[in-house]
Amino acid sequence: MKANQSRSPYQYVRSETLSLLASDELFTAADSLPTRASFAKTIFKLGEQNPRVVVLDADVSKSIGTNKFAEKFPDRSFNFGIAEQNMMAAAAGMATTGLIPFACTYAVFASLRALDMLRNSIHYPKLNVKIAASHSGITPGPDGVTHQGQEDLSIMRSIANSTVIAPADPISTELAVFAAADYEGPVYLSFTRDPVPFIYTENFPFKIGKAVTIRSGKDVTIIANRDLVVQSLMAAEKLAVKGIDTRVIDCHTLKPLDVELVLKAATETGAIVTAENNVIYGGLGSAVAEVLVENHPIPMQRIGVRDTFAESGPYLEVIDKYGLTARHIVAAVETVLKRKQR
Amino acid sequence: MNQIPMSVEELEQMAATIRCDIIEMICTAAAGHPGGSLSATDVVTALYFRMMRVDPQKPDWPDRDRFILSKGHACPVWYAALAERGYFDKSHLGTLRRLNSILQGHPDMNKTPGIDMTAGSLGHGLSVGLGMALSAKLQQKGFHVWIVIGDGESQEGSIWEAAMSAPKWKLDNLTVIMDRNNLQNDFYVDDIMPIEPITDKWRAFGWNVLDIDGHDMAAVVQALETAKAHKNQPTIIIARTIKGKGVSYMENICEWHGKAPSKEQAEIALNEIRRCRSES
Repeated sequence: MKANQSRSPYQYVRSETLSLLASDELFTAADSLPTRASFAKTIFKLGEQNPRVVVLDADVSKSIGTNKFAEKFPDRSFNFGIAEQNMMAAAAGMATTGLIPFACTYAVFASLRALDMLRNSIHYPKLNVKIAASHSGITPGPDGVTHQGQEDLSIMRSIANSTVIAPADPISTELAVFAAADYEGPVYLSFTRDPVPFIYTENFPFKIGKAVTIRSGKDVTIIANRDLVVQSLMAAEKLAVKGIDTRVIDCHTLKPLDVELVLKAATETGAIVTAENNVIYGGLGSAVAEVLVENHPIPMQRIGVRDTFAESGPYLEVIDKYGLTARHIVAAVETVLKRKQR
Repeated sequence: MNQIPMSVEELEQMAATIRCDIIEMICTAAAGHPGGSLSATDVVTALYFRMMRVDPQKPDWPDRDRFILSKGHACPVWYAALAERGYFDKSHLGTLRRLNSILQGHPDMNKTPGIDMTAGSLGHGLSVGLGMALSAKLQQKGFHVWIVIGDGESQEGSIWEAAMSAPKWKLDNLTVIMDRNNLQNDFYVDDIMPIEPITDKWRAFGWNVLDIDGHDMAAVVQALETAKAHKNQPTIIIARTIKGKGVSYMENICEWHGKAPSKEQAEIALNEIRRCRSES
């Protein structure tokens, strides 16, 4: 019905990006930025606005870009060196005194090496620590497996009291970081190492726990997060050519999941594909499947990292080899639609 | 109750009372960790009844001194000290480890008034306290952070991450007391994984190191006061203690790390502690 009111099925997607979605030029021609860099810009703004914001680093401040914060606000910047456990527990201590610490490192080190600190000293006491994790999923292509945080979202989702956010582009990342600072309690923010295209206009409505329908459609719904949102939009364009009307939802908050919007999509489109650059176990696909199974079982397919580690290579080539690009999403949609029609 | 701050003699009496509380709590709960609670009792007593700037009526007072029991399994000593200091009614002590109790098996800052930090997973408390001390410096607050760590706990790598970092920031508002009772869950610390030479290690990491008899109340008080006055450097007090101190059949016996006394055993223990209290 919405489609009748306006010609474009898209909402909040900037026109430059739209014009490139159907071409193979999107990643080269569109403005792009790693979401870690958008985080770094935003934390700088936050630092100017809120004296309670402090930044903790673990020797990757130059990579994440928080070194700019350190230069501007040396008193509120703490570099712990290569000691993520100490950094996370110290962030907990700071939070008890009313500060808003952002503890910054890579996803593998945040969610695995320092997980005990995250669970027992941050999430159990529900302290106001923001965990800023770059290099999430297989977004650090060239670095290889040790630096590819392909499990972080699943791990963090399983921790009680957690809020887990994986924004899709630089614009929604900025909004997510501001929202996390306003939220009282632990928040895990997941960023990309490699550049992703700007998707959204400035009026993107970011609210923690509220997924956003960015393309209307009636045949099938793709629910995606972080860097696979743009791949899902590209898939929707390819599917449109084939006459398939695809809804796309940016589910930036993995936890708490927007159950209402997931069920609305399930009821209205009757088939769902999830897309995440994260292991297939315990992440977005699992979360959506759990909701569907208990409430409204319909055909569903999942795009995610299968039971494997990836390898080094340019970002787009690696995620393509491991089944995470638009063409794989298109194939999953075609599969789910066959099941829907049976 | 006697006036705070207490004299050394009064602290000794209070420590005996707290030791009795510990035995009764763990006996009633039929589970808990008496050995490391009894070894840390004199230090914790001196902190709560003499050294720390706190107000039991306002447990969340932002300018209060902070205390972290990083060896969280010894929480009976913390609970007993808080109850005796007036943070909550002593009747709660009988509910340790029960369902719906404010007194969890390991400390929970959201359930118990006066608990400044949740603890239990070893190797966290020193880093947490470091964060508090950094906050105090940043916000120009005068509170002091006191942390009790275990000697077995110092086998955790994160302890040494924190040990390396506190001198970097010259955290003279942070004092660590190591409860050096020589035993851990499995056996003697220095058989399981030696930590000596412990004073040299901390000194090499840039700390002011004090080495005392952790059951000599006058020495404990003096060390805490020295630590608080020390400038430009964090202090660690190696408190040489006896695991199970005050109960003859528990002293230096590894199995009393995490075992509750029976009613009969508890009665013997209480009599020994009371006799010791009346003699002092």
